[in-house]
Amino acid sequence: MLLGRIQVPPSVKRAAVFEVRVIVQHPMETGFRRDYEGRIIPLHIVQHLACTYGGREVFRVELGSGIAANPYFVFPVVASESGEMVVEWSDDRGESGSISAMVNVP
Amino acid sequence: MKRRAFLRLSTLTVAAGALPADAQEVRDIAPLIQAITHGATPEEGGIEIGLPPIAENGHSVPLTLKVASPMTQAHHVRAIHVIAERNPRPAVATFHLGPWSGRAEVATRMRLAGTQKVTVVAVLSGDRFRIARKEVVVESGACLDEGSL
Repeated sequence: MLLGRIQVPPSVKRAAVFEVRVIVQHPMETGFRRDYEGRIIPLHIVQHLACTYGGREVFRVELGSGIAANPYFVFPVVASESGEMVVEWSDDRGESGSISAMVNVP
Repeated sequence: MKRRAFLRLSTLTVAAGALPADAQEVRDIAPLIQAITHGATPEEGGIEIGLPPIAENGHSVPLTLKVASPMTQAHHVRAIHVIAERNPRPAVATFHLGPWSGRAEVATRMRLAGTQKVTVVAVLSGDRFRIARKEVVVESGACLDEGSL
């Protein structure tokens, strides 16, 4: 289970645009680095990250070794109704993680 | 390991280590852009690329992208592709958005293997495309051990 954090505003006005911030704990090894004995450190990267809001996908990113370690994303979403924001991601070794937060639209 | 082989390897390693990050060749990104646009020529501009003009190192460079779009059902941005021509893997990331995003904006942190032009291609609804570029001077690339990422 990979670790991550999500940040959403506690309450948003209906139809307003709000920002979701996500950070995933991951080394994002490029596969080009070597350890102190000269051996290649194998590739290890998060490849997919997607966010659903009330069960519907609102953001998705396909990433590679060009994204810095501990991938961080900020993206906007229109507040339609109160619902759960779920972010899920997976890496090239089949490991995955998810994190969620509740969005309140009064 | 044979001594000769060891010597050859060490020379190679030293040579590679001594090369500046700029020795990383510029890759031809035209095929990548072609694959996104299916051969169509993208319009220039309409994308704001937020990258520092000078990055002290290439390990983690803040990137913000803004595409001018009303983000309605009829006219919205569907995807934003980030391409770094001097990175060993130029396809950095693809963001998927839609009318539910409200604004066509994303922010992240990217790696840069040296001073280069970052190209951004936006896919708009109705199969229209936009392209923009931004030059970033990277003082020490994300060169790590081998002058590459």
